[in-house]
Order: sequence, then C-alpha cells, then structure tokens
Amino acid sequence: MSNIYVVVEHFKGKVEDITFEMLGKAKELGDVTAVLIGNKDLASELGAASKVITVDAPELAEFNPEAYLKTVSEVVSNGNADMVMVGNTSMGMDIAAGLSVSQDMPLIAYASDMGTDSVTSQLYGGKVNVESAVSGKCIVSVLPGSFPGDAGKVDGSPAVEEAAAPDLSEVKVKFRKLIEPEGGDVDITTQDVLVSAGRGIQSDENIPMVEELAAKLGGAVSCSRPIVDNKWLGKTRQVGKSGLKVKPKLYLTLGISGAPEHIEGMKEADLIIAVNTDPNAPIFDYAHYGCTADLFDLIPALSSKL
Amino acid sequence: MNIVVPIKQVPDLVEELEIDGSGKDLNREWLKYKINEFDDHALEEALLYKEANGGTVTAIVLDSDGIDKVLHAAAAKGADKVVKIMGDFGSAVSSHAAGKAMADAIQAMGFDMVMTGVQAVDDRDGQLAGIIANHLNTPNINVVTGVTKDGDNLVVQKEYGGGVVAEFEVSTPVVIGVQAARETPRYIPVAKIRKASRGINIEEVSGSTDGNAGSEVSRMFKPEGGQGAEMLGDDAEAAAARIIEILNEKGIK
Ligand SMILES: Cc1cc2nc3c(=O)[nH]c(=O)nc-3n(C[C@H](O)[C@H](O)[C@H](O)COP(=O)(O)OP(=O)(O)OC[C@H]3O[C@@H](n4cnc5c(N)ncnc54)[C@H](O)[C@@H]3O)c2cc1C
Ligand SMILES: Nc1ncnc2c1ncn2[C@@H]1O[C@H](COP(=O)(O)O)[C@@H](O)[C@H]1O
Repeated sequence: MSNIYVVVEHFKGKVEDITFEMLGKAKELGDVTAVLIGNKDLASELGAASKVITVDAPELAEFNPEAYLKTVSEVVSNGNADMVMVGNTSMGMDIAAGLSVSQDMPLIAYASDMGTDSVTSQLYGGKVNVESAVSGKCIVSVLPGSFPGDAGKVDGSPAVEEAAAPDLSEVKVKFRKLIEPEGGDVDITTQDVLVSAGRGIQSDENIPMVEELAAKLGGAVSCSRPIVDNKWLGKTRQVGKSGLKVKPKLYLTLGISGAPEHIEGMKEADLIIAVNTDPNAPIFDYAHYGCTADLFDLIPALSSKL
Repeated sequence: MNIVVPIKQVPDLVEELEIDGSGKDLNREWLKYKINEFDDHALEEALLYKEANGGTVTAIVLDSDGIDKVLHAAAAKGADKVVKIMGDFGSAVSSHAAGKAMADAIQAMGFDMVMTGVQAVDDRDGQLAGIIANHLNTPNINVVTGVTKDGDNLVVQKEYGGGVVAEFEVSTPVVIGVQAARETPRYIPVAKIRKASRGINIEEVSGSTDGNAGSEVSRMFKPEGGQGAEMLGDDAEAAAARIIEILNEKGIK
C-alpha cells in the first residue's frame, strides 16, 4: 500500500476545492495523509484522509511562500510518503519545485492523472499529453479540475497528529496584506451569457465588436489573461486560474486556445461554443460546439443574424 | 542591485506539434521556437525595476539553437549583460537540469535578485524558479505581478485566484517567478535588434550538466482533438446560422 501525502490548500478559513479533488484521487491510490499547515481547526473536514498532520505557528497563520515550503519539507522529510500531491495553484507553485530539490524527489508538474508508477501531464498549453514513468518516490503538482471533488468530501475521523513547526526565525518573507479586486461594472460570475475574447482578437480596437455581439446576445464580455495583461479589458473580466470561475448558460470563445489555466475557470459552463482557426486548439476538447472560421468573419455573420 | 533573468525558448504553439518516431518527444526538426512569454515578462519587470531604482540586468540562457537572437533582443531592450551557459544540454533539457546549470552559473557571477518566468509550456518536471531558488538557498515567490522597492526591502505582489493579490515583503537575495510585468513587455522591431546585435558581446561560461529530472517520459500523445466538440466547419455564414439554431433550441436567444 502506498502512502500518499496531500498538501492541504486553504484560504480565509475554507478548504479549497483542489484539496478535495486531490484527496479523492489519493484515496484510490493508497493510504492518505493530509498535511495541514496554519489552521488545525480544518482537520475535521478532511475525512477522506486516514491521518492529518497539522503544523501551526504564528508565522504560518497566513500563507507564506518561504515558511510553508520549509514546513512542508520538514513534514515530508520526517514522514514516509511515496507520493506527495501539491495543487498546481498559485500557492502550490511556491512549494512543489523547491520541495523536489530539498527532498531529492522527482517532480511531475501539470499532472492530470496519476497511478503509482505513471503520471500524465498536460503540456504545451494542453496540446500534448505526456506520460512519465516514475519508480520510487515522487511529487506531483495536480491541475485543478482534474478529479471530482465529491470523492474527497467524505465524513471520517482521521487521527490528528500535531507536529512541531521547524525553526522559522530566519524566514525572510513577511506577509503584508491581501489586496481584494476592485468591483467592476459587471460581475461576470452572475451573467447567463459570456462572450469571451482571447489573444486572437489581436488589438484593443476589436473589443467594441465583441461588446456589441455580447450585448445582442444579452450578456457581457469576458476574456483570457493576455487581454488583461495587455490592458485591453479590466482584471474583473478575466476567466481562469488567476481570474474568476464562471458557469454561464452560454460561454462563447473567440480566439482562445484553451490553455489549462483558462479551462479551469470555464469548463463547467452549460454550453460552450468555441471559435478558433486552429483545428488542434485544445479548447475544442472542452467545447460542445466548435467552429474553425476566422473570428473576424464569424462576429459580423453572427451579429447580422441577431 | 544585480538582477539576473534566466530566459528560455519554447515551441511556438501556433504551429502544429508533431510527435516523433520514438513517441516520447516532439518532432523538433521543424519546430518554430519563441521566447517563453513569461520570461519576456520577467525581463520587462527586471528592466522596470532597474529603471526606477538603478542596478544591472543580466539575461542568461542555456546554449541552444538560435538562442543568440534572444540575447540580442534582451540587450536591445536594455539588459546590461548577456550570458550564455555552454554545455551539452540536448534539445529537451529538463527543468531540473536547466535549474542546476542556471543556479551554478548565477552563484558564480553573483546576484541579488533572480527573475524568471513563472512557468513554461514544456516544464514537465516543474517550474524553474523554485529549483533555482533551492539550489541558491534563497526564498522564492512565484506568480508575481510586480516588484517594487521599499527602503532596504522589496515589496512583492503575488496573484492568488479570483483576482486577489497578496503582498509580501522580502530582503535580497531572492528568486522571483514572474507571471506578468506591471507593463506590457516592450517591443523592439527585429530590424533594430539586428542592428544592435553587432555591438553586443555574449559572455560564455561553462555549465554544469549534472542535474536531471529523476523521471523519464514513457509516452507522448495528443489529446483526442475535436472529439469533445461537434464541429461546425470553417464557413462563417453557415456556422453562424447553426449557432443561432443551437441557441434557439436551448432557449438562450
Ligand atoms: C499562474 C498562471 C495563471 C494563469 N491564469 C490565467 C487565467 O486566469 N486566465 C487565462 O485565460 N489564462 C491564464 N494564464 C495564461 C495561460 O497559460 C495562457 O497563456 C492563456 O490562457 C492564453 O490565452 P489565449 O487563449 O487568449 O491566447 P493564445 O493561447 O495565444 O491563443 C490564441 C488563439 O486564438 C486563435 N486565433 C488567432 N487568430 C484567430 C482568428 N482570426 N480567428 C479565430 N481564432 C484565432 C489561435 O489559433 C489561438 O488558438 C495563466 C498562466 C499562469 C502561469
Ligand atoms: N521584440 C522582441 N522582443 C523579444 N524578443 C524578440 C523580439 N523580436 C524578436 N525576438 C526574438 O527573436 C525570435 C525570432 O523573432 P521573429 O523572427 O520575429 O519571430 C523570437 O522568438 C524572440 O526570441
């Protein structure tokens, strides 16, 4: 029986979905130990694990990249994990690679499926899957949304073991504050219809065209990350890993490739229609309907019929 | 403040990717490469920091085909020094091997801050920044969208999900994985880069090649492309008509 450690991710007193997704999968693979740092009260929610190791210290009250990495490394080095699961999330990205070096354990990133001797990753923006053979111990960073969370949300009373924190007096990173997003003009998480623009839109001059189509469909405009990084639309319109999670009745994408970080935010939409000139774009693996027309032809064609 | 920016090229995803005969790697013969977009952001953030607070920016790469022009572009944008690590790294170098070689070279040249892209589309064995940081024994913060100076310390903004940003304070030395620079990366026309390239001296250092991923690729395959979606073709008029029908059927419009 393998020993699987799951690094619990929590934020503002709530266990994050990725944790339950990992716990559910871990249970299929072996005996599960949850590693819970910074908020031991959450142990009662981790019924899918047979054991919870908690570590608390004032420096761990808020997520801290350096202090959390040190603490996870200490727990793993004192334990007997065959596999360590870390979310491929903003927090997990501060842990997985450093842990791999400090513990001399191989790391497989962007993992979307795993067994005890093979791990599948999504690479090249979701265009290629790669299977890695693993022998012996390993760390996997797990793509959010790869497994159902329900399997990890089960009752149970795991044994709780309180471990001492490592010496954190030398930690250089200090948490200062959280900056909440400013409320936008539109809350894309409550819209029934989203027309979502990606890098294929080419220029901010083309945004009004998308806005017009969205208005005709009775919805709002959302977008992928590069559109926000280019400052063509505000951050409140971004869908995905570091943006918002949306579940509209219709999600129409225009020039979005379907990178895993975008898919994470929209794959639960009721109806997904994707427009992309590249027939191999990963977005078509998640869409219900796909169209390989040029978006600059499709938008007017659609607009004129509405 | 000496800022070192590790940069790499990745396959351009605009092109179709083919799997080679071994079934374990991309067919790299005709691959078109481009700078990892997050490294481009890291370089921009490093240049912005230097322009505001002084210091030097050094771009560093592992030797590979066509990499010189990446260094020429970095220099044309404002990097003070460009360095190439020589060694037989192969075309599909792992993050662990690259990270070890980078860390050894960076250690040897001295640094205050390392800024590199938060991730790349091909880092099967993990992100470079965390690997480099652990070899250099420094703190590491990733998914960063801005680094500014406050007294002797750095203020680092890190993105969480849902648009929430966490602000941290840290002293140097530190390794930062940049998600997005505060400004859109500056654009330098290729003609200008070509012109600038004549005056640029690429410093070559020898690299360690003892890092490795610790795992092997057993199979590479394409996801079942297009199977999820019912395809409506490439004719805009016909597809638009069909989309309207679908929306009507579903009662959306
Ligand atoms: C930590 C982290 C968090 C991230 N968070 C997010 C996030 O929250 N949201 C997000 O979206 N991304 C996020 N990303 C970025 C993500 O990795 C991708 O870079 C991004 O999703 C790509 O956006 P895109 O699909 O618009 O652009 P691209 O991948 O460049 O795709 C553009 C597509 O447009 C198509 N196209 C071009 N011209 C036309 C045309 N005329 N007609 C039709 N189609 C056309 C092309 O074929 C291509 O497929 C994150 C990355 C990291 C590292
Ligand atoms: N403005 C630029 N900024 C950054 N890198 C560039 C720029 N122009 C060219 N390059 C580099 O040169 C490579 C080839 O450029 P190109 O021939 O324009 O596709 C790119 O992949 C980049 O690595």
